[in-house]
Amino acid sequence: MSILINKNTRLVVQGITGSEGTFHSDQMLEYGTNIVAGVTPGKGGQKFRDKVPIFNTVADAVKDAGANAAVIFVPPPFAADAIMEAADAGVEVVIAITEGIPTADMVTVKAFLESRSTRLVGPNCPGVITPGECKIGIMPGFIHKKGRVGVVSKSGTLTYEAVHQLTVLGIGQSTCIGIGGDPIIGTTHVDALKLFNADPDTDAVIVIGEIGGSAEQEAAAYIKAEMDKPVVAFIAGRTAPPGRRMGHAGAIISGGSGTADEKMAALTAAGASVCESPAVLGETMKGLLK
Amino acid sequence: MNIHEYQAKDILRKFGVVVPEGKVVTAPSEAITAAKELGTSVVVVKAQIHAGGRGKGGGVKLAKSPAEAGKIAGEILGMNLVTHQTGPEGKKVNKVLVEQGLDIARELYVGITLDRTVGRVAIMASTEGGMEIEKVAAETPEKILKEWVNPVAGLRAAQARKLAFGLGLSGDAFKNGVKFIMALYKAYVSTDASLFEINPLVVTKDGRVLALDAKINFDDNALYRHKDYFELRDLDEEEPLEVEASKYDLNYIKLDGNVGCMVNGAGLAMATMDIIKLNGGEPANFLDVGGNASPETVENGFKIILADPNVKAVLINIFGGIVRCDRVAKGIIQAAKNVQINVPLIVRLAGTNAEEAAELLANSDVKMEVATTLKEAAQKAVASIA
Repeated sequence: MSILINKNTRLVVQGITGSEGTFHSDQMLEYGTNIVAGVTPGKGGQKFRDKVPIFNTVADAVKDAGANAAVIFVPPPFAADAIMEAADAGVEVVIAITEGIPTADMVTVKAFLESRSTRLVGPNCPGVITPGECKIGIMPGFIHKKGRVGVVSKSGTLTYEAVHQLTVLGIGQSTCIGIGGDPIIGTTHVDALKLFNADPDTDAVIVIGEIGGSAEQEAAAYIKAEMDKPVVAFIAGRTAPPGRRMGHAGAIISGGSGTADEKMAALTAAGASVCESPAVLGETMKGLLK
Repeated sequence: MNIHEYQAKDILRKFGVVVPEGKVVTAPSEAITAAKELGTSVVVVKAQIHAGGRGKGGGVKLAKSPAEAGKIAGEILGMNLVTHQTGPEGKKVNKVLVEQGLDIARELYVGITLDRTVGRVAIMASTEGGMEIEKVAAETPEKILKEWVNPVAGLRAAQARKLAFGLGLSGDAFKNGVKFIMALYKAYVSTDASLFEINPLVVTKDGRVLALDAKINFDDNALYRHKDYFELRDLDEEEPLEVEASKYDLNYIKLDGNVGCMVNGAGLAMATMDIIKLNGGEPANFLDVGGNASPETVENGFKIILADPNVKAVLINIFGGIVRCDRVAKGIIQAAKNVQINVPLIVRLAGTNAEEAAELLANSDVKMEVATTLKEAAQKAVASIA
């Protein structure tokens, strides 16, 4: 098993004919992801790479191709609408890769999703991968290895770094989730931890966070109260100056809160193995699994 | 994006938020004219820089006559204003705002921002005007009133009334306070702001409610729908290298150390800074070359990093997902040919096409140290300076 996505996932790619959508659809197909449909309004009836049917709406992709997960490569001005379209069509898991969606649009999306069962991952994230089964997003598939460690992270490339360390040490992953670095995201660290905690095929979890907000402190509270599995954690941005936005829209220390040190302290107090260096995530996990 | 107080007040005025009358000037003679035009017995001369704490630093002063306004403007204009937010080097004042004096009865606080934990806009109000809200939140959290806005309903009048009652307003001041809060929220959503801070919000003795100070930050992601705001950007307020970097679409933040770093992805960029520090070095910058790093972007990254005279070594750490390593390697080679790299260069490329990249680098004539792990890269970078 795994969480969120697996070999039975039937994916629709929103924005499949755009440059990013095309490039990464090819990559996902190559990895073995079951892309059953694409959506580009106005291009319904065409085919992507002569095999994936393109629809005008997500509703059509669900009805005619049985899509149950969506990935969004739609540009920022239209991305919020694309997320809500997928939710409205009843798609179970929506993964938004798009970076740069206005916060106000995401406030609307969040309220829109409250009355629906759709789970949103992202936006501004690398996506989700269940190694050997299904890759939805932009991560390099070959660095992953099927196994029993879950990874949840706000970052893209830093997640790859952690995964790479695990794989080199022979430790495979159950599912890796990039939750995104924006102030409003669909799936939080806590949400991901809950899923991993309930997954019989996940033995331990790597949590990667960064400065800004309090999601890591909330994760710490959950770990302390509920988590049955070992957790290795790293928080990026100890050297980040306060008041500056470090690339990610949400990565900012404001009014002295949201620092890496306070997050690390909270996670340590919750019993997680907190790494000072991002280079030792793999070996720390290896030590715990012995 | 940050803007000046006078710009924030101009925007608020358009949405019916009451602000004092005033004029921004750049010369003492203009300050005298502005004070005469305002006609109040007292005017306030306020330094316009992007930092809080201007009053304590000597950048906000009262003048009892137009002549005195001119004299004070002369003192403040051109001064290097140091506040707790500017750092010890301070910021040069190029503009002052000359404003009407008010007969102030009370100083309050109103702020609007996103509450990330619930994903909703929150309006905060406090009777502790003039104090830093973070301090109030830490010491006397009960003195902060909060209302969360349902995006479908918008800010309801009942919520604005609740806040106004909570602030102890009554009579005309109550009516004006409710109007003020409603108008302020409308301005916040209409401008796609990420932060509004009215500190202090003042109540005058005759019951008027005005924004005595105003701080506005915009959501950078939404700037594409407010193209006119680009004109409000004051490049004098920004680090010159950061301005230069933004022209190339590079996400660069200058720091004080001497190990320059070029990384793809914000999280890994922060982690790279952190591991440099852990290994005894000091990062010179944050630089995320982003998802579309072309050879040109990488070359521009080099130019920006090397323009910082403190930089004694450059560490490139790329984990290739979207950015393929062979593209990065080509960029490094091209940059080395176009830019003079006269400090040690440490390169670590991993991920998509890492092997092709290694081959490209090996076959080029660029002088560099190659590392395979993050730790090795950081150690080599720090050692190259020692």
